[in-house]
Amino acid sequence: MDIKDIIKPENLVYQKTSLMTDKPLSYCPGCGHGTAHRILMEVIEEMGIQSETIGVAPVGCSVLAYDFMNVDMVGASHGRAPAVATGIKRCWPEKFVYTYQGDGDLAAIGTAETIHAANRGENITIIFINNGIYGMTGGQMAPTTLPGMKTSTSPYGRDLKSMGNPLKMTELLAQLPGTCYVTRQSVHSPRNVRRAKKAIRAAFESQKENKGLSLVEIVSNCNSGWKMEPVASNEWMVDNMFPFYPLGDIKVDGKLVNNQ
Amino acid sequence: MTEEIIIAGFGGQGVLSMGKILAYSAIMQNQEVSWFPSYGPEMRGGTANVTVILSDERISSPILHVYDTAILLNQQSLDKFEDSVKPGGVLLYDKNGLIRMPERTDIHIYRVDAADASAKMESTKAFNMIVMGGYLKIKPIVQIENVYKGLEKSIPARYSHLLELNKKAIAIGQEIVTKER
Amino acid sequence: MKELRLMKGNEAVAEGAIRAGADGYFGYPITPQSEVMEYLMAEQPEKRTGMVVLQAESEVAAINMVYGAASTGKKVMTSSSSPGMSLMQEGISYLAGAELPCLLLNVARGGPGLGTIQPSQADYFQSVKGGGHGDYNLIVLAPSSVQEMFDFAFLGFDLAFKYRNPVLMLSDGLIGQMMEKVELCEQLPRTTHFDRSWTLTGKPDGQERNIVTSLDLDASMQEIHNLHLQEKYRQCKEAEVRYELFDTEDADYLFVAYGSSARICQKAIKIGRSEGIKIGLLRPITLWPFPAKPLAELASRMKGILSVEQSAGQMVEDVRLSVGSGVHIEHYGRMGGMIPTPEQVLENLKKLLIAK
Repeated sequence: MDIKDIIKPENLVYQKTSLMTDKPLSYCPGCGHGTAHRILMEVIEEMGIQSETIGVAPVGCSVLAYDFMNVDMVGASHGRAPAVATGIKRCWPEKFVYTYQGDGDLAAIGTAETIHAANRGENITIIFINNGIYGMTGGQMAPTTLPGMKTSTSPYGRDLKSMGNPLKMTELLAQLPGTCYVTRQSVHSPRNVRRAKKAIRAAFESQKENKGLSLVEIVSNCNSGWKMEPVASNEWMVDNMFPFYPLGDIKVDGKLVNNQ
Repeated sequence: MTEEIIIAGFGGQGVLSMGKILAYSAIMQNQEVSWFPSYGPEMRGGTANVTVILSDERISSPILHVYDTAILLNQQSLDKFEDSVKPGGVLLYDKNGLIRMPERTDIHIYRVDAADASAKMESTKAFNMIVMGGYLKIKPIVQIENVYKGLEKSIPARYSHLLELNKKAIAIGQEIVTKER
Repeated sequence: MKELRLMKGNEAVAEGAIRAGADGYFGYPITPQSEVMEYLMAEQPEKRTGMVVLQAESEVAAINMVYGAASTGKKVMTSSSSPGMSLMQEGISYLAGAELPCLLLNVARGGPGLGTIQPSQADYFQSVKGGGHGDYNLIVLAPSSVQEMFDFAFLGFDLAFKYRNPVLMLSDGLIGQMMEKVELCEQLPRTTHFDRSWTLTGKPDGQERNIVTSLDLDASMQEIHNLHLQEKYRQCKEAEVRYELFDTEDADYLFVAYGSSARICQKAIKIGRSEGIKIGLLRPITLWPFPAKPLAELASRMKGILSVEQSAGQMVEDVRLSVGSGVHIEHYGRMGGMIPTPEQVLENLKKLLIAK
C-alpha cells in the first residue's frame, strides 16, 4: 500500500470533527482543554444538534472557546455563564444550551449563579473544567486549589486556616433536586477520554429529555500553572487531585449514586 | 375644577384604597387623576397617607404641600396635616382616639364618627367607605354611581360580597357627617 | 373604545412590556419597583403572549439573563432601583459592548449606599455618563407620567432594536408608585428578531456561526469597534433627541427638569405666573441624547435658567455644557429621597435667579 492508497477516503480511520474550527488552539501544550473541547464538539456532531445548540463561553483560559467551537456562542462575564444560559434557555426551551466554565469562574465568582441555576433545575448542561488554579491570570489560588498546594497567591502552600478549604462544587450541586446528572471525569488517558465523552453525551441526552441541569466536571491538569512538564502534571493530578476529587458518577437520573 | 386631597391615617384603615376608589370614580366621569401614596416600611403598622388629585385638566405636580381637603383619621395625621389645609378649605376628621381636636378657624371643619359607626355595623372594613360617604356629602365631586363603579373595580372578585356593605357604609357616612365650623 | 385603567407607574410599564410583545423579563425585588415583577407574575404573560418572567437570584444574575436572551434576538428587559442598578452596571457595559438591544428600568431611590426608598434623581450621572466601564452610552428615556411608563416600553424596545443598544428608562419612586389614568393600546404580536447577521439561534447548515462577545484582545480591533460605537452614538444623537416645552413662548425664566421634577415645576410655573413671573419649562424626554440644541436656542431669550433635580446638581452640568456662558444658570434640588414642593421650587427661582 503506498501513500496514495492510504489517503483514500475509504481508508480514513479518524478525522477532526468539523465542529472544531481550524484555528490553532491557544491553550498551552499538554493542557486538557483541547481534548475537552474536542469531545464536546464530537458529541454535538454525533447527536446532529449543531444547528440547535447555543454555547456560553466563560472568563478564564477558555474565554476564547468560541474561536474553536463551531457553534453559535456568546461570551459571558466572569462567573455569569449559568445566568446567561438561563436567559437563553428560558426563551428557547427547544434549543440545546451549554456553558463551558473553569473552576474560578464556576466555583468562586459564579457560585451564586451556578447554585441557583442548578436549584431552579435549568435544563442546561455545564461542562466544568477543574484544574485547581487560575490559569489565565497566571496561576493564582482557586477555590479548588488543594490543601498545601503552592500557587502564586499561596506561595507557601494553601493554608486551610487562613485561606479556607477546597470547594467540592460538584458534590454540592448533586445535593440539589434541580440537578439530574452529575459526574466527574478526566481526559488524561484514552480510556478516560472515552468515558468523559460518554458522560457529555449522557448530559446532553438528559437535556434533550428536559430532566434538569446536567453537569460534567472534568478534572484537568494545568501544567503551566502548576509549573510542571505535561506528563509530570498528569501524574501529579492522578496522585493528588483524584484522591480529593474522585472520578465517577455522583448523580444519575436524579438519584445520588450509592457511595455519595 | 381641581380638587387636591390628602387622606391620612393608620395603615390598615383603608386610607390608600379609599383614595384609589375616589380616583377610579373620577376616571369613570372622564376626569384626570393622580394618586401618590406614602410607601415602604412606614406603612407597615405606622401611618399611611395618599395624595389624590382630581381635575378637568392635565395634572401637574402629584406632590403638594397645601390641600383643598384633608381627611385626617388619627392624631399623628391631624398634627401633621392640619396646617396644610388651604384657607377656606375642608378638614374632615374622625374624633375616635383623638386627644387634641382641630383648632383652625379659617377652614371648614367636619367630623365623621366612622370608627363608632363601623363598630355598630360590626365591620371595621366599612370604616373607609363611611368616611368616603362623609366626604362626598361635603364635596359631591364624583357621582355616587361612579363611586360604585370604582368600588367594583377595586374590590377583588373574591370579596364581591362586600360591595353591598360598602354601599351601605357610604350611605351611613353621608348621614352622620356633621359640620363643626 | 379606549381602554382606560388606573395604574401605578410600575404596573403600567409591566403591562406596556407585555403589550409591546416582550419575550422575557428577568428581575430581582427591590423597593420601590417590586410591583413590576409582581404585576407580571400575577398577569401570567406566558399564557397571554408566551412572555417569560423569571425571578433571578440577584440583580447580577438578572442582567446576565437579559444578556443571554438578548444575544438570541429576543425582546427582553429587567428593572431595578438604584442600589440594584449599581450591581447591574458590569452587565450593562457588556450589553453595550456586544451591541445587544434590551430595555432597562431604574425606579430610582435616594442614595448613596442603601440610602432610602423614597424618590430621587441622583442616578443621572450613572445613567447618562456611562455607569459601567468603557466608552459607551445608553439611550435614556425619562418618563414623567404613568402614561409614559406604559408608552416608553414600546418606544424603548423600538429604539433598542433600531440601534442595537440598551435603552434605560430612568424613572423614580414617585412615577413608579403613583397611580394615574392610563390609556392602553392594543397588544402587539410577539415576534422574534431572527436577524442571522448577529443573533444566536443555532448555526444553520452551510452558514457561518455567530459569536456575541464584547472581547477583542487585539487593541487595534477594539479601537475599530469603539469607533463604530461612537459613530452609532453620533447618529443616535442626531435623530433621537426628544423633549417637551411648557409655557416657553413668553417666558423670562426657564426651568429645566425631567421626570417627577418636571411635574412639580409645572405647578410652580402656574403659581409663579399667577404672581406675574413668566416661567417656562424644558422637559428633556431623552436624557441621552440630551436636548442641547433646543435648550441653547431657548436659553438666549432667558434671564435665567434653573435646573431642578432631586439631586445635588447633576443634570445642571449638561445644562451648562449646552448653554455655555452668558446665561445665569443655577441648580435647585433636594436629596436623599426628599421631594421639593412646587412652592419651594418657585421660592428658589426667586432667590437664586431674580433676587441676584
